[in-house]
Amino acid sequence: MSDDLITITINDQEIKARPGAMLIDVADAEGIHIPRFCYHKKLSVSANCRMCLVEVEKAPKPMPACATPVMDGMKVLTNSVKALSAQKSTMEFLLINHPLDCPICDQGGECELQDLSVAHGSSSSNYHEMKRVVVDKDIGPLIETEMTRCIQCTRCVRFGDEIAGMREMGAIGRGENMTIGTYIEKSLKSELSGNIIDICPVGALTAKPSRYKARAWEIAQHPSIASHDCVGSNIALHTFNGEVIRSVPRENEEINECWISDRDRFSYQGINAEDRLQEPMIKVDGEWRTATWDEALEKVAEHLNQVDPNEVGVLASDRATTEELYLLQKLMRGKGVANIDHRLRQTDFSDQGKEPQFPSLGMTFSELEQQEVIVLVGSDVRRDQPMANHRIRKAVLNGAKVIAVNPLKLSFNYPVEQQIVAAPADLVAKLAGIASATGKMPPQLSQIEQQDINGATGIANLLKDADKATVILGNLAVQHPAYATLRALAAVIASNTGAQLSYLAESANTAAAWLAGVVPHRVAGGETAGAEGLHVTDMFMKALKTFVLFDVEPEFDCSDPQKAEAAMHYARVIALTPFASDKMRAYADILLPISTFAETSGTFINAEGVQQSFRGAAPAIGAAKPGWKVLRVLGNLMQVDGFDYMSSQDVLAEFNERVSISPDNSRTFDDSDVFEKLEENTGLQRISSVHAYSVDGLVRRANALQKTFSQERNTAWLNPADIEEAGLQQCDSIIVRQGDGRVVMSLQADKDVPQGCVHMLAATNKSSQLGASYGSIEIQGDC
Amino acid sequence: MAEQQKGQVVLSSHEKEEIDRWLTRYPEDQKQSALLAALRAVMHEDHYISVPKMDAIADYLGLDKIAVYEVASFYSMYELDEKAAARHSIAVCTNVSCMLRGSDKIVEHIENKLGIKMGESTPDGKFFMKVEEECLAACTGAPMMQVDHVYYTDLTPEKIDEILDGLD
Repeated sequence: MSDDLITITINDQEIKARPGAMLIDVADAEGIHIPRFCYHKKLSVSANCRMCLVEVEKAPKPMPACATPVMDGMKVLTNSVKALSAQKSTMEFLLINHPLDCPICDQGGECELQDLSVAHGSSSSNYHEMKRVVVDKDIGPLIETEMTRCIQCTRCVRFGDEIAGMREMGAIGRGENMTIGTYIEKSLKSELSGNIIDICPVGALTAKPSRYKARAWEIAQHPSIASHDCVGSNIALHTFNGEVIRSVPRENEEINECWISDRDRFSYQGINAEDRLQEPMIKVDGEWRTATWDEALEKVAEHLNQVDPNEVGVLASDRATTEELYLLQKLMRGKGVANIDHRLRQTDFSDQGKEPQFPSLGMTFSELEQQEVIVLVGSDVRRDQPMANHRIRKAVLNGAKVIAVNPLKLSFNYPVEQQIVAAPADLVAKLAGIASATGKMPPQLSQIEQQDINGATGIANLLKDADKATVILGNLAVQHPAYATLRALAAVIASNTGAQLSYLAESANTAAAWLAGVVPHRVAGGETAGAEGLHVTDMFMKALKTFVLFDVEPEFDCSDPQKAEAAMHYARVIALTPFASDKMRAYADILLPISTFAETSGTFINAEGVQQSFRGAAPAIGAAKPGWKVLRVLGNLMQVDGFDYMSSQDVLAEFNERVSISPDNSRTFDDSDVFEKLEENTGLQRISSVHAYSVDGLVRRANALQKTFSQERNTAWLNPADIEEAGLQQCDSIIVRQGDGRVVMSLQADKDVPQGCVHMLAATNKSSQLGASYGSIEIQGDC
Repeated sequence: MAEQQKGQVVLSSHEKEEIDRWLTRYPEDQKQSALLAALRAVMHEDHYISVPKMDAIADYLGLDKIAVYEVASFYSMYELDEKAAARHSIAVCTNVSCMLRGSDKIVEHIENKLGIKMGESTPDGKFFMKVEEECLAACTGAPMMQVDHVYYTDLTPEKIDEILDGLD
């Protein structure tokens, strides 16, 4: 495209513009207001609402600014009599069928139609006939519809097609009877569906969970950062009377553009969960009683000062803030505790010394969009990091090729060049097949089994020929029983082909957990710890006598719920937690209520290594306190030096003094690298995936999101061949046994589940009664 | 999660043949072009288009399901209600020319004769009376009607009796 700028005139103002740019974009860039409904800067032009009509000199009729390319010398008037009367007439037409129900409409006060009708509408209409009524459809627990209010701008339809990558809404019927809907009764499935609430210019699509909670002008808005995935989407939390009632995107072109995932939008519901811990509690002779903060903290300090630090294990959530993570390890290391970990779903720690300083993307999210070849190793990026997936999707639309290597066949919202699906042990061999096709393998890896795959050479060549290519490790890889080998092979593929090795870490603050030293083998900044502590699996194995939990529910957050829970029951448990489930009340001894991310100031570090600080949006519930404050007081009580912080900024400043962030994912091989073959499983093997809405305590308590997968959480998927072999064709449900656990699951055939495997969701009520996420499993018909 | 594949309706071999025939006329990556023909093929076989059939078409042509629903609900030549699935479909034109030439009487006669209203089917499943919105472009022979694929012009009550009685 030519760089020569042309000159146009809007309302007597001379403006330089790129030839071919649309008039509305040029005007927007200059801050000249043109009313619009169907136009959206991230969506294709449909020019159907006609609201943006402006006068163009020498054009016989007013022209829609969204669909009129600028030309040299063009003279445009946005406020002339002709333009204004065209806009006014359009407004009258749009209001013909729009109900006058603003007083009971959730959009009232933040409605584009309302605003523009005040600015451009008329106080009366020529239309006196009956208005049209559209029967509502239930499109799921997240989005409320009132389609009589729809002005058919089709933003939601185009969003589905162009951004979500799955068209779910459409224009049904025609003429006056045309309605926007799904035609059949169905819930929207897209992980980005909530964005249509924001782009709907009227009250046709509103947020169901916050419906009728507050009027727009009563809401206070607080900038914040999303707390679930490693993207660090910018959000605004909306509060009413000190309660978070909504979460909406905040525009940041570099990170989340103007969208957020449904998880980031609706997880706030968990903040006010029923089992939110309101006061400090102490268990005395098996009975819970509430305590003052002073009493509870002294009790904690006293206990931790007494015990042998080698008998203490510390488990922290990587959704805690950077400040909290840093203070937690500082406090514990100050007392000589080395058993500190956040890698709760990981089971293979054999190469932990070779992990990078922190798992980083190795590029920015906008660079991810420019990749030409992307190899996903163990990553359901669409569910786990929806906004990163959005960038990958944009790359694919630009011609990039995606290859996915996973223990499960996944559904993507873009075409995938090749999906390689294999049972856990075979997956390693298949990835080894690709690695050896890319060139030399380090001797340490040459021993492991390799399987030939169709197109391995093709994949190798694709990677080699691309200027920009990346191999991404995701959640399924981290949780895989042979993570170290997968990681090493991914590193070989990347270095042999010149591709970037990238990590999409599990959580909002995994990066900070690594950087702050919430791992047993490294201190803050990434240097090797003097005394290496136990990793999470060993902490459970060794039956430590005390556990300190920071926003962790071991039976849900750990890879082996049975072992985790048994360890908790064996030990004295001090839980700093926003929530106290019945299970936790059963094994814990002291409960300290801490705030959620929405109620504390703090910082998240995303996969790019970018620090984003935020402030509390609401006061913490009950007597709960921000975690960093609790840790600060504990530091003082336990007489650990350097806990005289005045604010969370002080903590962050100290963190930044100690830690220099240097993303580097390269991996070297030496004699310390030993890659062991996965143990052969006898019988069926379980494959687990954590549903995007089960990843942490907050989202597990977000009711609306939970309703979206009520069937999946109770389902076990088996290959039809296995079902036949076990003689279960007639069974709708099966009994699943693992260790002492026994649950009834409904049975579904799925030819994409590798043979010999059972796929179930982890971090659900049912799976919390079972054992290892990738362990052996027994099934039996229940019919 | 893997898509579930239980209880899927498949297109008949004739429908597939018909769709394939149309697909040869369009470029590989423009399968959507065969959508109208695909819907017509199902209409021809089933006399209406069920949601499972629309879903099957979407799968066959690689389209989003909603894209098929949109097109099917747009055109009046496709019937989406199962009650339209009678052996014969009667569409009486009620547009200007036909109306001026007495189409109201024609409609009334058929309604009385069959004991059904426009938009209904006879209980024996023999006739369906379509609500015809648009002109069928046979104004020179008004009033007119279309029964299945055949046009009948210059209608009178007697002529209608003869036509309808002659069908099985």
